[in-house]
Amino acid sequence: MIPAEFDYAAPESLQEAITTLADAGEDAKILAGGHSLIPLMKLRLAAPSLLVDLRNVPGLQGIQRENGTWRIGALTPHTELEHMPELGIVAAAAGTIADPQVRNRGTIGGSIAHGDPASDLLAVLLIADATVTLQGPDGQRTVPASELFRDYLETAIEPTEVLTEVRIQALDGWGFGYQKFNRRSEDWAMVAVSAVVQQSGDVCQDVRVGLTHMSSVPLRARAVEDALRGAPLTEANIAKAAEQAAEGTNPPADLNASEEYKRHLARVLCRRALQEAVGSA
Amino acid sequence: MSITNGGTAELHVGRALRRKEDPRLITGQGRYLDDISLPGTLWAALVRSPEANAKIVSIDASAARERAGIEAVFTNEDMNDLAGPLPMAWVPPGIEIQNPEHWPLARGAVKHVGDPVAVVLGTDRYAVVDAAEDVIVEYESLPVVTDPEAALEGGPFVHDELGTNQVHEWSLSGGDLEAGFAQADVTIERRVVNHRTAGAPIECRGVLADYRAGALTVWSSTQVPHFLRLFLAILLNIGEEHVRVIAPEVGGGFGSKLQVYGEEVLVAWCSRKLGAPVKWIETRSENMAVAHQGRDQIAYVKMGAQRDGTVTAFHVKIIADLGAYNMLLTPLIPSLGAFVMGGCYKIPAVQTDIVGVFTNKCPTDAIRGAGRPEATHMIEVTLDQVAAELGLDPVEIRRKNFIPKEDFPAAVATGVIYDSGDYNKSLDRLLEHVDMPAFRREQEELRAAGRYRGIGFSTYTEICGLAPSRVTGPGGVGIQAGGWESAMVRIHNTGSVTVYTGSSGHGQGHETTFAQIAADRLGVDPAQVEIIHGDTGTGPEGRNTYGSRSVAVGGEAIARSANKVAEKAKAIVAHQLEAAPEDIELADGKFSVRGSPDTGLTLAEVAGAAYLNLIPDGMEPGLEETTFYDPENFVFPFGAHACIVDVDPETGKVTVARYVAVDDCGNAINPKLIDGQVHGGIVHAIGQALYERVAYDEDGQLVTGTFVDYALPTAAEMPSFETDRTVTPSPVNSLGAKGVGEAGTIAASPAVTNAVIDALRPLGVTYINMPLSPMRVWEAISDAQDTSPKGGVPA
Repeated sequence: MIPAEFDYAAPESLQEAITTLADAGEDAKILAGGHSLIPLMKLRLAAPSLLVDLRNVPGLQGIQRENGTWRIGALTPHTELEHMPELGIVAAAAGTIADPQVRNRGTIGGSIAHGDPASDLLAVLLIADATVTLQGPDGQRTVPASELFRDYLETAIEPTEVLTEVRIQALDGWGFGYQKFNRRSEDWAMVAVSAVVQQSGDVCQDVRVGLTHMSSVPLRARAVEDALRGAPLTEANIAKAAEQAAEGTNPPADLNASEEYKRHLARVLCRRALQEAVGSA
Repeated sequence: MSITNGGTAELHVGRALRRKEDPRLITGQGRYLDDISLPGTLWAALVRSPEANAKIVSIDASAARERAGIEAVFTNEDMNDLAGPLPMAWVPPGIEIQNPEHWPLARGAVKHVGDPVAVVLGTDRYAVVDAAEDVIVEYESLPVVTDPEAALEGGPFVHDELGTNQVHEWSLSGGDLEAGFAQADVTIERRVVNHRTAGAPIECRGVLADYRAGALTVWSSTQVPHFLRLFLAILLNIGEEHVRVIAPEVGGGFGSKLQVYGEEVLVAWCSRKLGAPVKWIETRSENMAVAHQGRDQIAYVKMGAQRDGTVTAFHVKIIADLGAYNMLLTPLIPSLGAFVMGGCYKIPAVQTDIVGVFTNKCPTDAIRGAGRPEATHMIEVTLDQVAAELGLDPVEIRRKNFIPKEDFPAAVATGVIYDSGDYNKSLDRLLEHVDMPAFRREQEELRAAGRYRGIGFSTYTEICGLAPSRVTGPGGVGIQAGGWESAMVRIHNTGSVTVYTGSSGHGQGHETTFAQIAADRLGVDPAQVEIIHGDTGTGPEGRNTYGSRSVAVGGEAIARSANKVAEKAKAIVAHQLEAAPEDIELADGKFSVRGSPDTGLTLAEVAGAAYLNLIPDGMEPGLEETTFYDPENFVFPFGAHACIVDVDPETGKVTVARYVAVDDCGNAINPKLIDGQVHGGIVHAIGQALYERVAYDEDGQLVTGTFVDYALPTAAEMPSFETDRTVTPSPVNSLGAKGVGEAGTIAASPAVTNAVIDALRPLGVTYINMPLSPMRVWEAISDAQDTSPKGGVPA
């Protein structure tokens, strides 16, 4: 790897990290695993003047349950999420990220801050009612996932802020399904659909559906949710609701997937994810 | 000489020995190009064109030169002392080939994205890349052509001075095509696309050059050190005796390192110019953009057959997208497929017409299989189309047309003589592994449940063991190189053995298989036989590694040299034991009088005598022999492959559920290494069929420049292969062996494609072209559902 020249800092406290970032200005980037940033630097598509590596900052790793909420440290690698089945949909999605090497090094905070709509966890955070904690020079603030993702690789996180923690709702008793479509197992999602369903008998009490790579940001499939909420969870109802999965989306096309194909995939995967969720409840 | 070994000791040939080279490679002790360092080395970085077709208006390197640690920036203007442009080594008699000049650094114009424009040299690897970004090149953009069929119709021209994009026309025909089609009850026509793929070796290219005291040493990650030495000597005007090329450990080539690259010439030139060693290590991005690519043929095929399935004629018109320049063998590659266009079938008339076309893309050249995977794909897919039209079983139409084993050696319509074959034998063996009645029952049951499973066959033969010079050389096909190979077998004083081969291994396992061949003929263990390859400074002139030639040509040269050594050893032993040389045999590791094994001499004792000059009067001392072996014919491996796929009819995703390969490469030198080659070869072809594709947009921008977009399959996408072999020895060489490095790649893509079509017939899909990406399969299903079952032939 021959990146452009950069400086490197490995602060030993959160305060030091924030100060370092503030002093460095907008060209500084946080290194939190590096599995998105380093490839961009290798291709010289990113050329930060300073890398602030969070590896020595204490307290940013680990998963804790607090009442109805999971608190996940921003530097928690994907592999830890993957191997905690109590996290439900989050664990299911984390287990499909790239390959074991990436899951061992890549972190939830890094993935969120990078804001790639093709990453597995972002839409899942939307349906898990997640919030992120951001620590900056002016103190701490909390932003819900629904307000976090602004555009392709663009988030509400300020350059001087450090994402320290992710809180997600513990969806105890909810069924979940994650349907990711890609060509190779290590690839990003061409399209993925995540679904969580709360059932009361055969009736859908509540449902949330997330769409990955169907826009420049992760999305909720509100039309599907509205169609299914309160309805009996029959195959026909699920299929009918899933037909609306591509509504309001603006999928980015590429060599391997036209917009039309991605809309089609979203509908197919939505039906499958809902069926998986209902089956798992 | 036959191999006796007394009949008691086990022969080493035929045993599945572990690779001798693996312990050092898997413990990180291999020495690849980037592991080699010389004091005072300057690093090179290239400034490459972002334009697909443009005039170079100006180059301003002043800012780059001012950077710390930068020693020099060179452009084409600085290289006027080169003796000529980069080589193209195919001069077919009577064929006109447009061959525009191609220089290591662009001369006034760039023709594809990645074309090198300038080189930056400096003491720091990072600084030269930074400085390369500071070289300001002003381009005048020109219209771009990327579609070869559009390129044939007229402008824009890749090379304006030619006034055409057509490179050449070349045909090979045999039999009466018109009569063949007249006898046909059905004629099937298809447009068969073999799309562009990359070699994608794990180790990208790299060059280290050291010119000092009038002599040039070049280390390069190449398959062809001897060719490279020749052209370095010519282009740099240095005596060949003063140029040494070393291929260290080479991390894969797949044909992409069968080339004399501009960077190799450039780095050597820079070393001489600056009086310092110069090193260049290619990045993956560069490799994807500028290492030569393969395939990219559009074929219009026409096959005639009688109602019983007998094929009467096969006519193929190929439009070959050669990219922006001719490289070492660029326009030749499609022709290699033409020789086996009739496959393993007795077809009275076969004709292949090839048109080469320039486009604003990276040049194509040999990639694993080089023309033969394309040809196999054309005939094997078309044959299935004929079978479907006639309502015949794909297996039965193959049997109907196989060249019968009694015909071998078999002269086929294209004019070549297949050395040996027994095609029913390999197909029979395949069907022992694949229970067809059971499969068809299962297929029906799955279809009833909405699941689509299909089976596809490929019965193939190919032409390899390149090459008999009389056929391929200047007076024949027109390759400006002999097809022979050399071997020098040297017995040391203590009886250990060094073999110098002109073949240049880069992952095949030369050190293991070649040691097995020599060991049997010398009565030693393969562990005592060291194989030296890939270094022009040692051993005789060589012709290197490509075209599945190493065992069939290089291995035979070793066998012959070892036999000569053994003959001399017998004469020495006969002298020592006062016996007649014809009474001496090699048995149990000793040269002894037949029937008296206790009195014999080991090879070490013979070597001692040879070097102490305790030998017959008039005999030269020493114990080493050299052979240059030029084969009488090619060898023609063959086999039968079956692929079973599952297709998700909703998403179009294809999963290979099972892959069974029965290959016949004659006598096996090492079954384990054959399996390895077959596995890798099949992955290569499944990659092409389902995953891999080099794509450019209409502006000539490469859109598959990383392994994210260029989808090399991984182990996770592959089934566990089931392999088996039949053995039909080749009569061409004393080993009875045929090449196997490309066979899997040549065989597999039509098996996958035919399987997908078989799976989707109930949905109305009757034909589809690679790559069978999910979207393309989904589109084919959608199109078929929209129209009548027989309609909808996607591009």
